[in-house]
Amino acid sequence: MKYADEFRDPVAAKGVLAAIERVTNEIGATKEKPVHIMEICGGHTHAIFRYGLDKLTPPGLEFIHGPGCPVCVLPMSRVDECVQIAEDPNVIFTTFGDAMRVPGTKKSLMQAKADGADIRMVYSPLDALELARRNPDREVVFFGLGFETTTPSTALSILQADTDGLTNFTIFCNHITVPPPIKALLDDPYMVLDGFVGPGHVSMVIGTEPYQFIARDYGKPIVVAGFEPLDLLQSVLMVLEQIRDGRAEVENQYARIVPNEGNPVSIAACEQVYEPRPTFEWRGLGEIDESGLRIRDRYKAYDAEVKFNIGYGRNTSFTEEQEGCACGDVMTGRIKPHACPQFGKGCTPEMPLGALMVSSEGACAAYYQYGGLDLEPVE
Amino acid sequence: MNAMDRQPRRVVADKVTMAHGGGGKAMRDLIEDVFTSVFCPPGMEDQARLMDDALTVPGARLAFTTDGFVVSPMEFPGGDIGKIAVCGTVNDLAVGGAKPLWLSAAFVIEEGVEISTLRRIAASMQNAADDAGVAIVTGDTKVVGKGSGDGVFITTSGIGVIAPGRDLLAETVQPGDVAIVNGVLGDHGAAILAARGDMALSTEIPSDCQPLNHLMEAILSAAPGTRVARDATRGGLASALNEIADAAGVGVEIGEDVLPLRTEVKGVCEILGLDPLYLANEGTLVIFVPEDQADAALSAMHATDAGREAVIIGKATTQHPRTVVMKTVFGGLRIVDMLVGEQLPRIC
Amino acid sequence: MCLGIPGQITEISDATRKLAMVDISGVKREVNVACIAGDDPLEDLIGTWTLIHVGFAMSKINEKEAALTLEVLRELGEAQEEIEAMRASAAMLSEAS
Repeated sequence: MKYADEFRDPVAAKGVLAAIERVTNEIGATKEKPVHIMEICGGHTHAIFRYGLDKLTPPGLEFIHGPGCPVCVLPMSRVDECVQIAEDPNVIFTTFGDAMRVPGTKKSLMQAKADGADIRMVYSPLDALELARRNPDREVVFFGLGFETTTPSTALSILQADTDGLTNFTIFCNHITVPPPIKALLDDPYMVLDGFVGPGHVSMVIGTEPYQFIARDYGKPIVVAGFEPLDLLQSVLMVLEQIRDGRAEVENQYARIVPNEGNPVSIAACEQVYEPRPTFEWRGLGEIDESGLRIRDRYKAYDAEVKFNIGYGRNTSFTEEQEGCACGDVMTGRIKPHACPQFGKGCTPEMPLGALMVSSEGACAAYYQYGGLDLEPVE
Repeated sequence: MNAMDRQPRRVVADKVTMAHGGGGKAMRDLIEDVFTSVFCPPGMEDQARLMDDALTVPGARLAFTTDGFVVSPMEFPGGDIGKIAVCGTVNDLAVGGAKPLWLSAAFVIEEGVEISTLRRIAASMQNAADDAGVAIVTGDTKVVGKGSGDGVFITTSGIGVIAPGRDLLAETVQPGDVAIVNGVLGDHGAAILAARGDMALSTEIPSDCQPLNHLMEAILSAAPGTRVARDATRGGLASALNEIADAAGVGVEIGEDVLPLRTEVKGVCEILGLDPLYLANEGTLVIFVPEDQADAALSAMHATDAGREAVIIGKATTQHPRTVVMKTVFGGLRIVDMLVGEQLPRIC
Repeated sequence: MCLGIPGQITEISDATRKLAMVDISGVKREVNVACIAGDDPLEDLIGTWTLIHVGFAMSKINEKEAALTLEVLRELGEAQEEIEAMRASAAMLSEAS
């Protein structure tokens, strides 16, 4: 596969890994006193485990798994609201596969489907649009989930629906943005972070400018990274080199896909369709200012929150975490997945307590599924 | 009654109705016209009365298996529900070291299914049976009301005979044993996903559905020390390997770089975020053989249709018992766990 | 948030709605190309490699940058091979003496 296979070449990997080891030593990092690098994006967490990168990098390098997993940070109230909308017999509820198994307070979308709700997995909001066209007497709702990588596709779908004059298509908008939770983590006095591997596909949309505050105001390096294993390793090397040299800059390893200015069409469409919510609820992180998007009044005909009178801030109460669930601590990197008392016991992929065990890129699911070969026992 | 009295029965309707399940003339016509005229079971009674010399050999054992088949869509590139119903049961017998002999086929048909569809399914089943060298000797038909079924459900049971001295058991796998698969992985799962149309992917991948008993005979003749064989159906290769590792108490190590995969299957997996190790196969098996018989097994497989692309994918080991581990294309190690629930497409 | 895959645009299927067919390792899918369509005619996009995410082509792959990145990686790999060759050679010499 072109533009993928070349970045999975194990021979080239040797070179990068040797350089990583060299620079880690130059920094003086050891297992007892490691360098902490956070990969923000859940897709990066997944790639690290899928390729076993955490086992290839030296013990002086520790990956802290960040909150860039939109499923993982989805509060249970949102799942409950999805189920509520889906249980309307006139609704066809469409969603990405990722959201199907996230537990709500009573049930997940998967369970709601088994109970008879018309819930369908789609690959693209365009497919939901097509469903709306083909089923004019049904209400089609699309669950708009995800960070900035995905916000433009939802926005463009709304604009297309508007052009077509559809009256049976709405988005349940739960889109969120990356910079605010990063700032929240950097403001947390208990977080130890030396550098960041930045989300490559989010940056494809927003560019590299929005991360300047990390270098400028907090003095931490950030390298925007691609998703193939060589991309990740090269980015880690670039972060380590910055740390060694005492620099704090925004660098772009993924230049073949990420233009520094981002994607103008995407940015414009998002500007046109969305406005920031004053605050938004993040599972495990609480309420964060200006971190969620809602659909502008001009497009309220496509807003499920308006049509069904549901959603964040409307009639819903803040959901209490499940007893014993430590998703918040794991997600903010305070503890590792296997240090959660429920890991593998009260919380498994078959019976997940929290979203980190459900999502394929949640750190817990990744540890459970891919890792664990030589995990030190934690007690 | 002599041959002249018996007129071949013909179904007049073009769709299945509740009458076809009523036990009367309509049902008799359906069974004869669509099924028995194609399967040609011996005798006219409800039960097949059978014998095979191999059963009389001292030390031989009867092998018996059953499987229900549900697939949507019923027809897809490379096969249909009938073909997998025959091959699936034939293969279940074959991987146990048995020579498959006879199959039964029970149909639960939803009201409204087109008769032409049933004819195609029946023809497909007979073709598969001919390829495998088995006979469909008895069966049953029921009709359920519209909405109570999903087209056609088929249950096939199969009888075979295991020659004396053959004992394929997962527990016997030992560290050092070599793991071999007969061909590309994940074709069936990918074909079904594409055929369902939900993801609007357009591709030519055909299901790998095929009988594997001739392949198994070739393997067991050339490598009589073969420990175990498993067809990698639901849950894919990963599930088959995990079952074996668990039963034998060994670790299993495979190499991602040697796994045979069609380019298009890789493409489907990359687009939808799926792992080909968990995609279903309907004509792919994995065997574990002692190291000194691996070459013989491989050569024997290469000489057959179903084993042309056979390749060694890994081995059993003393390390990490009961766990399957894969060396990634990148040189790292990751665990290949049992599948939980169903593999869902993802965008993250 | 991140499952994006490179694919090559093979034809324009609906110019008004900005839809094109893309080929990803032999698998074809219709995608929206609004994000990468400039002011030039859509036909110009045929043959372009692009990053696909949830049915949208979101960025053209910059072939020059791709080559540059690979070059750096290759050099690191070659440098490593040289280092290892020198080590192996030194080890062999010290055994011999």
